[in-house]
Amino acid sequence: MRPITWISVLCFSAVLTVLRAEPPALVAIKDATIITGAGTVLEKGTVVLKDGLIADVGTAVSIPKGAWVIDGSGLTVYPGLIDALSTWGIPEAAATSGAARAAVAPTPATPARPAQTQTTLQSRARGPEDRPQTTSWVMAADLVKPDDRRLDAARTAGFTTAVTFPKDGLIAGHGAVIELGGETSGQMVVEPSVGLYMALRAGGFGGGFPNSLMGVLAYFRQVWIDAAWYKNAKQMYAGNPTSYARPAYDRALEGVLQAHRILLPAGSRVELERIVRFAAELKTPTVLYGAQDAYRATDVLKDAGVAVIVDVKWPTRQRDADPEAEESLRTLTLRDKAPSTPAALAKAGVPFAFSSSGLDAPRDFVRDVKKAIDAGLSKQDAIHALTLGAAKIYGVDNRLGSIEKGKIANVVLVKGDIFDSSSKVQMIFIDGVKYDPAPETPQGPPGGVPGGRRPTTGEEVQK
Amino acid sequence: MIPRLVIFLLALSAVAAAQKPIVIQNATVHTVTKGTFTGSIVVNDGKITEVGETVLVPPGATIVDAAGKHVIPGIIDCHTHIALDAVNEGSVSVSSMVDERDVIDPESIAIYRDLAGGVTTAILLHGSANAIGGQNTVIKMRWGKDADGLVMKEAPPTLKLALGENPKRQGQGGGTPVGGQTNPRYPGTRMGVEDVLREAFTEARLYQAAWKEYEAKTARGEKAIPPRRDLKLDPLVEVLEGKRLVHAHCYRADEILMILRLGQEFGFKIQTLVHGLEAYKVAKEVAAAGSSVTTFSDWWSYKVEAFDAIPYNAAVLQKKGVLVSINSDDASGAELGRRLNTEAAKAVKYGGVTEDEALAMITINPAKQLGIDKYVGSIETGKQADLVIYDKDPLSSYAKVEKVFIDGQMYFDRDNDLTARPKAEAEKKGLIEKEKAEERRNAPQTPPSRRPS
Repeated sequence: MRPITWISVLCFSAVLTVLRAEPPALVAIKDATIITGAGTVLEKGTVVLKDGLIADVGTAVSIPKGAWVIDGSGLTVYPGLIDALSTWGIPEAAATSGAARAAVAPTPATPARPAQTQTTLQSRARGPEDRPQTTSWVMAADLVKPDDRRLDAARTAGFTTAVTFPKDGLIAGHGAVIELGGETSGQMVVEPSVGLYMALRAGGFGGGFPNSLMGVLAYFRQVWIDAAWYKNAKQMYAGNPTSYARPAYDRALEGVLQAHRILLPAGSRVELERIVRFAAELKTPTVLYGAQDAYRATDVLKDAGVAVIVDVKWPTRQRDADPEAEESLRTLTLRDKAPSTPAALAKAGVPFAFSSSGLDAPRDFVRDVKKAIDAGLSKQDAIHALTLGAAKIYGVDNRLGSIEKGKIANVVLVKGDIFDSSSKVQMIFIDGVKYDPAPETPQGPPGGVPGGRRPTTGEEVQK
Repeated sequence: MIPRLVIFLLALSAVAAAQKPIVIQNATVHTVTKGTFTGSIVVNDGKITEVGETVLVPPGATIVDAAGKHVIPGIIDCHTHIALDAVNEGSVSVSSMVDERDVIDPESIAIYRDLAGGVTTAILLHGSANAIGGQNTVIKMRWGKDADGLVMKEAPPTLKLALGENPKRQGQGGGTPVGGQTNPRYPGTRMGVEDVLREAFTEARLYQAAWKEYEAKTARGEKAIPPRRDLKLDPLVEVLEGKRLVHAHCYRADEILMILRLGQEFGFKIQTLVHGLEAYKVAKEVAAAGSSVTTFSDWWSYKVEAFDAIPYNAAVLQKKGVLVSINSDDASGAELGRRLNTEAAKAVKYGGVTEDEALAMITINPAKQLGIDKYVGSIETGKQADLVIYDKDPLSSYAKVEKVFIDGQMYFDRDNDLTARPKAEAEKKGLIEKEKAEERRNAPQTPPSRRPS
């Protein structure tokens, strides 16, 4: 508050500026092919990025004074790609320790039992009331860190954004839309709560409830009934606290009540049908994930009006499979047809996006989407699923997913067609800040520096 | 617009096809309830509309000539665990909140195998890992339909209980490890099983009372926070109110008497004793309680509590006035379900029951046990047209199923099956070849061998 403090802060930041030039706040990319992601392709177009937003885009855009200019001739500009179901941004260690630790101990929603029982039977849930493997209060937005080592590789593959989730347990927690760059955790978060991640076969069945698929479904059903009851009881109590017994606080239900939508797994046609029917009971907007067999269930999905997130790690024959073992026609057919699922979904008009789940490295992502293109998906639909389509599923298409005026300045500059295996990502802008692709061979100490690869300074922007 | 119209027309033509009457002629018709004769069955709109030695053939009817062949009502299996993605929620001793309806696998090959064995209806039961297992579901083998399309909507809801070795097994120190650790689950004795049941139904009574109190309050115009709906207790209250049928897994005579007494104590009937291998010892008591038994033909000594089983069980119970059926207890493989006809035949061989009585043990009797005898289980006018055509007498071990109809639609045809096999085989071979070719293409180039050729 005192003037002296302010002066010193100013001096300090001036020193910083000298040491590390501020990234340019105004960038123009000219003469590039621009895939806007909103249905148009601009030849010899210009994009202006200003203060983290797309200030202008078009073929007759005048480059503002003071802008750093990138000659984009020979380059294609894509909207930043979005991984629609990810853990990117949550350093693995933090993800497994934090949420899993919390998941080990069931949170009693009923009156506490004797301390002795709680310690000896800590991990064995005795029923839905113990809220087994539930951490619905965990927020991915609280777990993301810019020093997740995978961010660099993800950016290099053309990704600027991920919808990232805590994944441990049956009701794992809330996903966030995050930027795959930024100086602080807070800067990464675009939208802190876009969906509650649920699983049907969480690891760590310790003999407690539930230990079967139908047990998990019954558990979810009971939690939803409890949540509705809890909401009502809390309202009645708040309106008249002198007349009713106080409903016990239940953080698991608080977390469930905050969910805008839920994510449930469904891979095969049987599962897709099963979960569509189940989700209708819960009366909560649902997104299905996995969905590799969805080419057989487009009618079900279309009728239900649900979106799906398709895993791009396509099934393959196990490398160490017994050569003598006979596989069923069903297994063989799924392996053959799974990559045709995106094309079938696009044709049926079912909204879909892609997920990195199960991929070894982000660089495989686009390569595997290419397999879907080879199986009939149009490039335009592929880009849509990787950008605006993903943004729409989570309701953030007003800010993300396309190169349009006013949207967040997430763009990727690629030499060649992004689906061509010989193409190269040249530069990535996230929130208008430039990142370079990682060199071919990893450099530097493992773990990286906080902030990942630093945004490069203006002087380095050249071609 | 156009595709929708096409779909609509296709749907319309499918309905029209289903509605086309069928007449099965010149067959030996085993009605099971109304005798056996050579004659015809008329099927209209999925239902049996006429049965007799001479019938009126509707115009445009599809004629199935079954001269020299035998027709029986579709077989009903009162104890299976087929076509399920999960059988036991064995983590807790009372898991009545779980419902097998949620985990039907309509693509399970067991459905087709059952069809090929003449089974048209089966109950998919929860396992016997715990005292109160879960809710079960009755399906028809409408192969090709989704889970919802398999469920027999007319069947009343049921609940599975289990007594004896299985539900107490995990309560003893050296129990089956689950997830790498032994499960110290109560109960560990037969007494404990009874206690768990009594406690659960007592809890259900309290829950029922809490709801009644709340309803009385709101009826008086008072405001109150409603009780919390409990999915575990709801089905138990339905049992207490007689709205849900109980199927109780049991072996020994003592536990059979226990569960009959417990039912009387709480005012509900045990609809069906499942296994009931020692039921012949207490047939009088079972008959007096109005309970029925679904058992095996001649399967015993596979566990301690099955040592006293005899192949006369079904016949003895039948003669003492107990409703009996013979079941498969099939899991996902569906092995015994393919030949329940010969299982029934063993009751003739060992117990001397009549052929009609034997057939009843796999048709009308299980229908009664499942509460669906109004719709299926015999060849009678007004019933659903679930029919099986055999080439020989169905109680012969040489008999083969030729055609199976459910709701008047043919779901299995032996000739069609045989012709379809080479096509499926070729398709499989093609996919394997395609995959191998792709693997070769993607394989890393090996350097040329240095060895001189």
